[in-house]
Amino acid sequence: MRQGKKWVALALVSALAMAACGSDDKDGSDTTSASGGTTGGQAGGTLVFGTSSDPVVLDGAYVSDGESLRVIDQLFETLVTTVPGGTEIEPSLAKSWSASDDGTVWTFDLQTGVKFHDDTDFNAAAVCFNFDRWYNFTGVAQSAAVSYYWSTVFGGFSDGATPSLYKSCEAKDDATAIISLTAPSAAFLSGLAVSAFVIASPDALTKYEADKVGGTDDAPTFDGTFGTEHPVGTGPFKFDGWTPGDKLTIVRNDGYWGTKAILDKVIFKPIADGPARRTALETGEIQGYDLVDPADVTALADGGYQILKRPAFNVGYVGFNQAKPPLDNQKIRQAIAYALNRQALVTAKYPEGAEVATQFQPPSLFGWSADVPDYSYDPEKAKALIAESGVTDLTIEFYYPSDVSRPYMPDPTANFEAFKADLEAVGFTVVPKTAPWRSGYLDDVDAGNAQVYLLGWTGDYGDPDNFVGTFFRTPQVAWGFDNQEIFDALTAARDTADVAERTKLYEEANKMIMEFVPGVPYVHTEPSLAFAPGITGYTPSPVSLESFATVSLG
Amino acid sequence: MFKFIVRRLLLLIPILLGLSFLLFIWVRALPGGPATALLGERATPERVAQVNAAYGFDKPVLEQYFKYLGRVARFEFGQSITLRKDVTEELLRRFPATVELAAAAMVFAVGLGIPLGFAAAKRERSWVDSTAVVASLAGVSIPVFFLAQILKWIFALKLNWFPTIGRLQPTRELEHVTNFNLIDSVIALDGGAWVDTVKHLVLPGIALGTIPLAIIARITRASVLEVLNEDYVRTARAKGMSRRIVDRRHVLRNALLPIVTVVGLQTGLLLSGAVLTETVFAWGGIGQLLSGAVLDKDYPVIQGGVLFLAVVFVLVNLIVDVLYAVIDPRIRVR
Repeated sequence: MRQGKKWVALALVSALAMAACGSDDKDGSDTTSASGGTTGGQAGGTLVFGTSSDPVVLDGAYVSDGESLRVIDQLFETLVTTVPGGTEIEPSLAKSWSASDDGTVWTFDLQTGVKFHDDTDFNAAAVCFNFDRWYNFTGVAQSAAVSYYWSTVFGGFSDGATPSLYKSCEAKDDATAIISLTAPSAAFLSGLAVSAFVIASPDALTKYEADKVGGTDDAPTFDGTFGTEHPVGTGPFKFDGWTPGDKLTIVRNDGYWGTKAILDKVIFKPIADGPARRTALETGEIQGYDLVDPADVTALADGGYQILKRPAFNVGYVGFNQAKPPLDNQKIRQAIAYALNRQALVTAKYPEGAEVATQFQPPSLFGWSADVPDYSYDPEKAKALIAESGVTDLTIEFYYPSDVSRPYMPDPTANFEAFKADLEAVGFTVVPKTAPWRSGYLDDVDAGNAQVYLLGWTGDYGDPDNFVGTFFRTPQVAWGFDNQEIFDALTAARDTADVAERTKLYEEANKMIMEFVPGVPYVHTEPSLAFAPGITGYTPSPVSLESFATVSLG
Repeated sequence: MFKFIVRRLLLLIPILLGLSFLLFIWVRALPGGPATALLGERATPERVAQVNAAYGFDKPVLEQYFKYLGRVARFEFGQSITLRKDVTEELLRRFPATVELAAAAMVFAVGLGIPLGFAAAKRERSWVDSTAVVASLAGVSIPVFFLAQILKWIFALKLNWFPTIGRLQPTRELEHVTNFNLIDSVIALDGGAWVDTVKHLVLPGIALGTIPLAIIARITRASVLEVLNEDYVRTARAKGMSRRIVDRRHVLRNALLPIVTVVGLQTGLLLSGAVLTETVFAWGGIGQLLSGAVLDKDYPVIQGGVLFLAVVFVLVNLIVDVLYAVIDPRIRVR
């Protein structure tokens, strides 16, 4: 019918017409492609970076998710920070520091002449304002869903419900801030580098009601606009605008006290779907993204894109719940360690750069020991140990998550299948148990329901306590054991002030842990970022503290 | 007519009440909760208990429900636990994105589907008919995310004709007045933005529209076939009326009723959030918000979002029913 065909023809023609005049616009005035930068030189330009989701809020004290921290790291700064690409501490807003003999009083000499983005002065009073703000959190702000890092590094709050490492902050003069602790702590300094402890403008915090929690007791609402519209810090970039679901824009801070950023502007575009991120890089709609799927790494590299690797700072492990026999039998646990062919799994299913884990912390972190017991693949030894153990019922329930991809475990099912085969080869009967990550799996593991399970951990900051301390310093339902020797060793290691002494203590502790075999660590991975050709200056960090200030379009 | 509309709107109240209760209970009965979703590997029983206490999730369910009803009566739908943003604000802010996408998909589906179905019916059992039938089957069968990847690969990566993510080029600025980019770019007199918006609508619109396209084409074909066999059509042709006028005045208008029903239902479905399409094209609409909320067990967003969509669906159906009376005077809405 002529009419029908007319419509179809019209539709096709308009589509073609649009496409034709479209392709000019795409590489036109608004620079998106790396090769067509605004100027011929190095300075300036706009970078569009693909993220996996929007930030939650741009208030360091209130978040612990990677996407919020990514942006916060550009707008704000801490007293001390990590060296680019590593975990050692270097000065930031504090140019030097010293601790009292008993390790409880820390004096920080601050940078001078620094201004917040709202032109107010950065000084010791501002530092103390921030610390006291965090210490005085109440209600929902105290929960781990909000102020996770404060509880991890300092423990309790001013209400005294749990003991706190923090005692007080004193602004001796504009350039000297003195922080007093209730006990000596060597992890304190590494903890301070965490982005939760960025120093924000007291003026903005107050004016934009950063701590306003409204709603009702059982339905609290965060009502302030500090973290959504006015995140004022001292960093090399300033906040420019945020439309959730669409994009977040930051611009260069020309009043920055340090080396100014090269780029004019960075736009963060949330793209939840991994393949969509990759395609967006390949079409030029974005110039870089994080959390590259290991399966894409080779293809992208072959296509001329730059793959940057983050130094390994995580651990994937098989966890044991010793409250569930026969896991309470050490010989059985050792047998499992020998039975699992970890090297084969890492070689077959993990991208280049992943390495077999020998203990519950990565080699780059001090306290790692080269002398831990070696559980290299040895199925014969496993069978011998099983015989020695005297255990006859070798049925175990093996839990794995069905639907998730974690940096240390991109394909849980593959790991499970490999380990199941290894265990059955030495005589175990494996009963698979699976649930979606957020819908039951984590709950089962935490509640102590899971007998043997796949899990892992990405480090928050450069201190062994954040790895082995998190797992084994206190009794936990998921691990199901009570080994006072290990608890004491890790507590002593955490509380020692001298770095050399701590290193030795953690090395000893790691040996002790691996003799006890509370679980079998099996991998450390290097998550990757991808960038368009020509982009330079991005330095991946093991703790994901990465600045865009040194990035240029090339 | 007016009484009919009012009565239908009043029906919304028991529907929403019942729905909210079922949803409230069901979502809390599922394994996992917002605390574990929020905390991930960092979850410990103590931390989970702390978060649950802070949000009142450890109270008896019925107690939670009545407190919730109290807030709803004051139009307070709460804040997203994971996003920490007002639920109503987020829904209203993202809805235009979903509407624009649904509109693009329906323009594609209706614009192509009705002529296709019509042509197939007129040439019953010809190659046109067979192609249309097979194409419809294919359209319904191909998974949306797979189709989306193919479309991206051909039209974006290889041909460089269309973009693949978002509603606008990230480097482009547009003042958000209504959040309908097509309207906002007109308000801002920004021709470039308008073209950019349309270009961003093409691939997701096609991906989303293939299923409605297939269904509309088939319904059109069936309905037109039925009308073509009616006596009055044969009489009109016998009287000497041109084929074109008969088609327009008698065939199409009478065949429209079932087609309108299907278009209405499909629109309602599309507005419920084209979850997969929105995720694959990073669209920033309701679908992505809700699917994320379900995974994260973000109770306030799930509750508010589903109720919101129920209202939308009821309103769309109401419009369809009113349209019946407009199209066919024989139908009286009582």
